[in-house]
Amino acid sequence: MKLRQSAAFAAIAVLALTATACGGKSGSAGDKQAAKPGQSGAPQLPTYTVAKDVTVDSPTFKAAKARGKLIIGSKADQPYLGFEDQSTKVRSGFDVEIAKMIAADLGFTDKQIEWKTVDSGIRETAISKGQVDYYVGTYTINDKRKKLVGFAGPYYKAGADLLVRKDETSITDKSTVKGKKVCSIVGSTPLQEIKKPEYGAKVVELAKYSDCVQQLLTKQVDAVTTDDSILKGYAAANPGKLKVTGHPFTQEPYGVGMNKDDKALRDFVNTSIEKHVQDGTYKKIYEATLGLSDAKYVAPPAVQRY
Amino acid sequence: MNVLLDNFSEFRDGFIGTVEITAVSSVIALVLGLLLAGFRVSPVPPLRFFGTAWVTLLRNTPLTLLFLVFFFVVPEIFFPGMSPFLLGSLALGFYTASFVCETVRSGINTVPLGQAEAARSIGMTFTQTLRLIVLPQATRTVIPPLSSIFIALTKNSAIAGAFSVTELFGWQKLMSDQGYDIVPVFVWVALGYLVVTFAISGAFRLLESRMEVAR
Repeated sequence: MKLRQSAAFAAIAVLALTATACGGKSGSAGDKQAAKPGQSGAPQLPTYTVAKDVTVDSPTFKAAKARGKLIIGSKADQPYLGFEDQSTKVRSGFDVEIAKMIAADLGFTDKQIEWKTVDSGIRETAISKGQVDYYVGTYTINDKRKKLVGFAGPYYKAGADLLVRKDETSITDKSTVKGKKVCSIVGSTPLQEIKKPEYGAKVVELAKYSDCVQQLLTKQVDAVTTDDSILKGYAAANPGKLKVTGHPFTQEPYGVGMNKDDKALRDFVNTSIEKHVQDGTYKKIYEATLGLSDAKYVAPPAVQRY
Repeated sequence: MNVLLDNFSEFRDGFIGTVEITAVSSVIALVLGLLLAGFRVSPVPPLRFFGTAWVTLLRNTPLTLLFLVFFFVVPEIFFPGMSPFLLGSLALGFYTASFVCETVRSGINTVPLGQAEAARSIGMTFTQTLRLIVLPQATRTVIPPLSSIFIALTKNSAIAGAFSVTELFGWQKLMSDQGYDIVPVFVWVALGYLVVTFAISGAFRLLESRMEVAR
């Protein structure tokens, strides 16, 4: 009898715990997006013409053709950039659309794409081991990574910025974070940046940006720092509560990651990006995704072929 | 080798962080675990209930969830501004205390009932019986399983890295972000943990041999 009582007590307590834990997580990004792409009044996404009889002298492309589908790596927790709706499994966002646009040029339809969520820490591994054909997801091009993977692009220029509560007046740019609690992801580039003594910030490191945003909303931290593109997505996902300061303090050019030695595919993707910047598809994608966060359209930088 | 030499200061910080949180949580777990075991074998029903509830609840909660509660919920209700390190140590310590409690309790159960009865009959109180007669004999039995528990605690401390505690596993994320090959990074991290866990098992083996008696 005693056992039964304590078991019941424990069950109730565990339920209570999970309920609080989940309750604490509600309102994480993506539960409610301000304006979903495809909603009336929102800018419409472009449709992509799937190319026929594409030939690219690329081992990655040939392997994908042989298996009949393309495996694309992306992020799943960045609203308006790379986001996966947990209930419908539908992917949306700027990075996702760029990936689809390239896939269409390669001759793959939507149905022939298999998405793989790849966390930041294992991107190089997933790409170099061939687990994904290419990867699109806030992937900053830098020299160290170029030793391990190939980059097409850049297709977008981001920069580290600060996300603060709407009513925040004391944090306006990087020089005003002295003594403030700033949150970012364990081991990430923006975290290394904000840890520098010149900023004088108190740093909180968590596993996910949605955790950081949660902490910001509950006033446990004063700001969240990472690429402005990601922050804009969160600001849009929490309408009227958060804002981005709008003074980026680093340069983060985003590229499409792929096998290091697959020059043919790299050139093809670069051409694809150039073509769609020119024909206006790129701008349409932007307006229907990141543009929804009231961030103005900026023409992308020129691609770097190598 | 390069990945370690080029980033040794970060590795060292992570290693020290892991050692620190392991040490602090171990102390919390040991003290609390002993106390809870005392509660669970005590003749006082409310204390027994408290001990049982603690063990049932914390032993069956996933550790990550416990960290979530400690980091996101606890500071909102009480003790705002507590350091992440302390919150993490408490979560890990409270969780491990339930395992320590059960191990100690099973050790106590190995001491023949006659021992406790004899102690009672010469007029010892419950606390004295536990402290002078039962626990010293139980200790010998619980040392090997306790060693396993503290080794598990060391590895569990990796979860604290996701909650703003600097520790060894976080170094892997840092290195991956900088684009180092993942395999050597994991090898170094694993070796770092091995140093800590070997030290723990060595210390316990020493204790075991010191406490050996002919039965």
